[in-house]
Amino acid sequence: MHWNSFSDFIAMGGHGLYVWGAFGVTALAMILEPWLVIRRHRAVRERLARQLRAEARLEQAP
Amino acid sequence: MRMIHWFKFSAPSTFYPLAGKLIPWFWALFAGFALAGLWISFFVAPTDFQQGEGYRIIFIHVGASWMSMFIYLVMAFWAGMGLAFNTRLSGMMAQALAPTGALFAFISLWTGALWGKPMWGTWWVWDARLTSELILLFLYIGFIALTRAIDDSRRSDKAGAILALVGVVNIPIIYFSVKWWNTLHQGASVSLTRAPAMASIMLWGMLFSAFAMWMYAVAVALMRVRTIILERERHTDWVRELLLDRS
Repeated sequence: MHWNSFSDFIAMGGHGLYVWGAFGVTALAMILEPWLVIRRHRAVRERLARQLRAEARLEQAP
Repeated sequence: MRMIHWFKFSAPSTFYPLAGKLIPWFWALFAGFALAGLWISFFVAPTDFQQGEGYRIIFIHVGASWMSMFIYLVMAFWAGMGLAFNTRLSGMMAQALAPTGALFAFISLWTGALWGKPMWGTWWVWDARLTSELILLFLYIGFIALTRAIDDSRRSDKAGAILALVGVVNIPIIYFSVKWWNTLHQGASVSLTRAPAMASIMLWGMLFSAFAMWMYAVAVALMRVRTIILERERHTDWVRELLLDRS
């Protein structure tokens, strides 16, 4: 371990902005993408289920 | 017998539940590799004698760049399979991979800019490596725009496949650009034909983060392909049963 303190770790030897800018945006992207994919999957499922239920009701109606 | 077995999984109705079962395993592998990669990146790998701590960007930059090229090849492979054999799942796989590939191309360019500024003194140069990687990002965006612009899924798959296959020519250009031209970008850090030009602990850090990104890409692409399958197969009996049973 070559960090003397937490602030030392954050500073990254004067390159903190670059290192954390790179890791931070990468982490953000890799959280955001799966979140969007899950949200869209749920939305599509719900929309299709609603449509299918409506169709089933129409078929049952006299 | 083997062939029949594999073709079975290329049916969307069998692939949908299979993908659902595989996704958590890929997330678990991702978590393991990511933790190991981050641990090496920040706590094991020593300070670089020339670049100080700034070089730690390498641990995501290299993996993201590899994945941006690798995902493109996989995407083009599926697109080609769809053209050649007309299998329904192939086009869906290609479309599921494109956004994740574009994301890694963006991460590669973004981390490269943040590395270039302190080390080269500039965010960007129009050298062969950087320019061809930017073209890769545009190829992904072009593929996504083209396939979304065409409503009919078979025609959209075909048009996308032709674009994806033509764009493959860019991949060796990116990879060999540092050899073919005089670039500001350094040569390959890892090569299959010679010993890596770096300490083995750094190599491990890069490999772990690259594996983490690989597992991530598989998990996200499988999640996305499930959505595409549902949308395209919405008129089939198995989707009707699946969605009406659960709700």
